[in-house]
Amino acid sequence: MTKTYPKASRPSLDDVSVSIEKGDFVFFIGPSGSGKSSIVKLMLHEIKPNKGKVIVNGKEISSMRGWKIPSFRRSIGCVFQDFRLLPNKTAYENVAFALEVIGKSKAVARRVVPEVLELVGLGGKEHRYPHELSGGEQQRVAVARAFVNRPLILLADEPTGNLDPDTSIEIMRLLDRINRTGTTVVMVTHDSNIVNQMRRRVIEIEGGRIVRDQARGVYG
Amino acid sequence: MRAKYVLLEMLVGLWRNVTMTIAMIITMIVSLSMLGASLLMYMQVDEMKGHYYEQVEVSIYLEKSIDDAQRSDIKSKLDSDPLVKDVLWETKEMAYENFKEQFRDAPDLVNAIGADELPESFRVALKNPQEFDKINAAYAGLPGVDTVVDQQKLLQKIFDILGSVQNLSLVVAGFMGLAALLLVANTIQVAAYSKRREVAVMKLVGASNWFIQAPFVLEAVFAALLGSILAWVMLVVGKIVLIDGKLAALTDLLLPVSWGNVNLMLPILAGIGSVVSAVTAWVTLRFYIRV
Repeated sequence: MTKTYPKASRPSLDDVSVSIEKGDFVFFIGPSGSGKSSIVKLMLHEIKPNKGKVIVNGKEISSMRGWKIPSFRRSIGCVFQDFRLLPNKTAYENVAFALEVIGKSKAVARRVVPEVLELVGLGGKEHRYPHELSGGEQQRVAVARAFVNRPLILLADEPTGNLDPDTSIEIMRLLDRINRTGTTVVMVTHDSNIVNQMRRRVIEIEGGRIVRDQARGVYG
Repeated sequence: MRAKYVLLEMLVGLWRNVTMTIAMIITMIVSLSMLGASLLMYMQVDEMKGHYYEQVEVSIYLEKSIDDAQRSDIKSKLDSDPLVKDVLWETKEMAYENFKEQFRDAPDLVNAIGADELPESFRVALKNPQEFDKINAAYAGLPGVDTVVDQQKLLQKIFDILGSVQNLSLVVAGFMGLAALLLVANTIQVAAYSKRREVAVMKLVGASNWFIQAPFVLEAVFAALLGSILAWVMLVVGKIVLIDGKLAALTDLLLPVSWGNVNLMLPILAGIGSVVSAVTAWVTLRFYIRV
C-alpha cells in the first residue's frame, strides 16, 4: 500500500504491507515524518491510499462509499496526543456525547458511562471539566470515550506525547487492560521507554518503509 | 432525543451568531418580498389579460359621409366573418351617451363636444383577440371606413409598464437573493467553525453525516422560513397600504389584487426560500465538513 500526499516529493508510505491480528497490541515507531501517523489516518479513512488496499475488521475501507464511513468508524476507538475533549463538557458529558451522537439513548449513557469511567480510574471525577483535570486524567477521559462503544480496535496516536513518564505508564497500563478484553490496540509513538517496557510487537517505519517488524521488540 | 438535540443545536447556533442571523433574515425578507411582488404582478397581468381581452373590441370608425348602403355592406360582411364573435353598431347618439357617461366628472369636456361630433362605429368582438391584423387588412380600406382601432394596443401599453416594473423587481430579488445566499453560506461556515471541536469528535466517533449536518442545514431553513413569513407580511402590508389604500383609484382600472393570490405567496415563498437555503447550507457543509 502506498500513500503520497499531494505536493510531496516522495511517498509518505511507500509500498508498505502489514497485517495485524485481532487482539494484538502493536506499536508503530519511527522518527517524525516517517509516515507512522499516516497509518492511523488510513485506518480511519481520513485519507485514502494511492495504491493498494486498507482492510480493517475484514472490510476493505479504501474503496468504501462515503456514507458507510460513519458506521465503520463506530467500530474503532481513537485517542490522540491532544486528547480532543470538549472543554465545555464534563468528563461524563464528554463520554456521553460520543454515545448520543451515534443515536444511543440517554438511558444507555446513564448505565454505560459511569462504568467505563470507573474502568479508566476516574470514578468520582465524572463531573469535572477538562480544565479541572490533569493531563493524565484528561487522557483517561479520552480513552473512556474511545472505549465506551466497545470498539474492535483502539487507535492511539502518540497518546503519551503530552504526559510525563509516570503518567504515561499509567495510561499504558490502561491500554494494556483494554487490550486484555480482546480489543486490538494499535499505538503510534516515539516514546522509547514505553515500548521497551511493554515488550509487544514493534513495527518500525523510516522514510515511508517498514525497516523492522519484531514480535516482542524494543525501541532499538 | 435526537430530534430534540438537533433542534436545540439549531437554536443555539442561530443565537450564538445572532447579528449574522439577523442580516441573513433581513436580506431574505427583501429578496423574497421582491420575488413575491413580481410573482403577484405576473399573476395580476395574466388575470387582467384574461379579463380585458374578453371585453376588448376592435372599433371600426365610420366616415361622417357614409351612406346606408356602405354601412349595411360592412355590417353584413362583419356578420358573416368567421373571425368575428359579436358586432355592435354604435350610433352617434350612443357614442355621445357613452362619452357623457365616461366623462361625467368632467362637464367642461362634455360640454365642449357636440352630440353630432362623435363618429359612429362598429364595435367588433373577436373570437381571438390576437387576430386584429386580419380584421384591419379586411376592413380598413372599405368605402365608408375611417379607421380601425385595436383597443388591445392601449392595454398593451399598461401591460408593458407593469412588465417592466415586474422585471425590475425580479432583478432586485435576484441581487438580494444572491446576497442572502452568500450570507447563508457565511453563517453556516461561522456556525460550523464555532462548533469545529464538536464536529471533529462527532466525525471521529462515527456520527452519521446527516446528524452532523442537520443542525446547520436547519439553521438556514429556519432563517428562510422566518424570512419568508416576514416577506409575506410585507406583501400583506403592501396590499393594504398601497394597492387598497393610496393606489386604490388605479386599481379600478387595473383590477384589485386578490387576497387569494397574496396568501398563495406564503407557501410559495416559504418553499422557495427554505429549499434554496437548505441546498446552499448543505453544499457549503460539503466543502467545509469533509468526511
